[in-house]
Amino acid sequence: MSVFAKKLLGVSAALAVLGVLIGLYVAAWATSAPPTITATIAPASSGGDKLTLMTVAAIGPKYSPTHPDWVSYLVRKNGRWVHSTIFSVPANSVIHVTIYQYDGDTGLRNAFLSQVQGTIGGTERVDGKTVNAIEPEEASHTWVVPQLGIFIPLPGVPEEAKNQCEFAPCEGAAHRTVEFSFYSGKKGRYRWQCFVPCAAGFLNGLGGPMQTLGYMDGFLNVV
Amino acid sequence: MSSEPAAAPREGSGEPNHAVRFTVIWVLGTLIALPIVIWVIGPLIGPGNGSDAASDQGTDFTVLAALATPVLTLVLLYLAYAVIFFRQPKGGVLEGPAVRGHARLQTAWIVVTSTMVLAVAVFGTVRLESDYGSGSGSGPNPLTVPKGPKLPVQVIAQQWLFTYRYPTYGGVETTELVLPNEEMVEFHVTSLDVIHDFWAYKLGVKADANPGVDNVAFVKPTKLENFTVRCAELCGIWHGYMSNAGRVVTPAAFETWIHEQQKRLAPATKVLPKYSKTYLPEPTRRGE
Repeated sequence: MSVFAKKLLGVSAALAVLGVLIGLYVAAWATSAPPTITATIAPASSGGDKLTLMTVAAIGPKYSPTHPDWVSYLVRKNGRWVHSTIFSVPANSVIHVTIYQYDGDTGLRNAFLSQVQGTIGGTERVDGKTVNAIEPEEASHTWVVPQLGIFIPLPGVPEEAKNQCEFAPCEGAAHRTVEFSFYSGKKGRYRWQCFVPCAAGFLNGLGGPMQTLGYMDGFLNVV
Repeated sequence: MSSEPAAAPREGSGEPNHAVRFTVIWVLGTLIALPIVIWVIGPLIGPGNGSDAASDQGTDFTVLAALATPVLTLVLLYLAYAVIFFRQPKGGVLEGPAVRGHARLQTAWIVVTSTMVLAVAVFGTVRLESDYGSGSGSGPNPLTVPKGPKLPVQVIAQQWLFTYRYPTYGGVETTELVLPNEEMVEFHVTSLDVIHDFWAYKLGVKADANPGVDNVAFVKPTKLENFTVRCAELCGIWHGYMSNAGRVVTPAAFETWIHEQQKRLAPATKVLPKYSKTYLPEPTRRGE
């Protein structure tokens, strides 16, 4: 084999290996997603399944070493908080949702989203008080499933509140508790998202965690 | 066409007059293809007859397809003709006759193609003018506006949802687009953040939703049906999910529906900003 042929073979082999590595990286990136968390079964007396979520101003290095300062949702699984935004709930069932909201307010760009929609009774309970809307400028986040018509505004923790949470997990820190129930309906994969421009440091507040699966948006799998 | 080597029979070769023969075949082929394109394929071309704009677009697509038919027929038939009659004979390598300029043919080609292009340009311009934008966004000051009463509906795009505001019904905002049949609708399309595009395919309406811009489009629904609204401008991670349902209903059903929405969405309507052609909402970013 000539020197030229050997060089050609070597370069071709190196390019092939590089191509495979790039392909594997892209495939791994494109198919990566947070784990799916199934709603826990609630006591029979409650007549439904339960989904417990948390919103935090910064996910922290424990849950996200790459983006510790990103705003995020977490979900409770077997008594522990898990960094995931893909939830699984049973079809044609009443789902009880509790969201512990640890972030301050940002405000809604579209005040229309300040009204509760799609829940049983068209209301939510904020710190035990039943409401059908919140003040748009008090919104910290929303939990919205557009295809199911579910719109849940989440009020922020007042600025003057003591014991503000810095990083997740935030248990014990100042928070708002939002509770609501909805009927899950037919099977399907529905995306959900936050509509508050809550991504600090990004244009319009809609980049970073708002554009990355696993932070301020995800899927609700109705199975 | 200028490369056609056998336009005239070669002296003593016994060749037929290919030009005449092919022209006859082409004319016949076109006469057969045209009715098929106009009456069979034309009605299958979208977007259907859900509105005046959609029907007009269907007509325009059919006209363009009919204009293209003789050209396509010419190309395909000549390809077949050449394969059959100008095939290289076995065992021989023959050069065709030298190609020379053909002034008449070249002139005819330029005149015919120029006429077709100009005709299409005039046709398109007239149709846009006569159909008040043909369902497209015509900016904040459309050149042509349909006469008579119009129902204004504001389309508000945001990452990643369309909402609809009805200014003549107290400015109520909804997540579903419901329109009365046989009534002229005046869409005002805008965005709260990035560039989106409002596309109701079945209605033949497509208009950019730009922040700070009021993009007006007109349409008159003519069929009771459900339709889908999609975003047609790549706008972020959930662009592919940025769609929602729409319905064309009878005027009476529309009145019932809109009054129900006014009642149901009263808490949200109360806090909405005053109706405006565009919005510059706050906060523009977190912390402001």
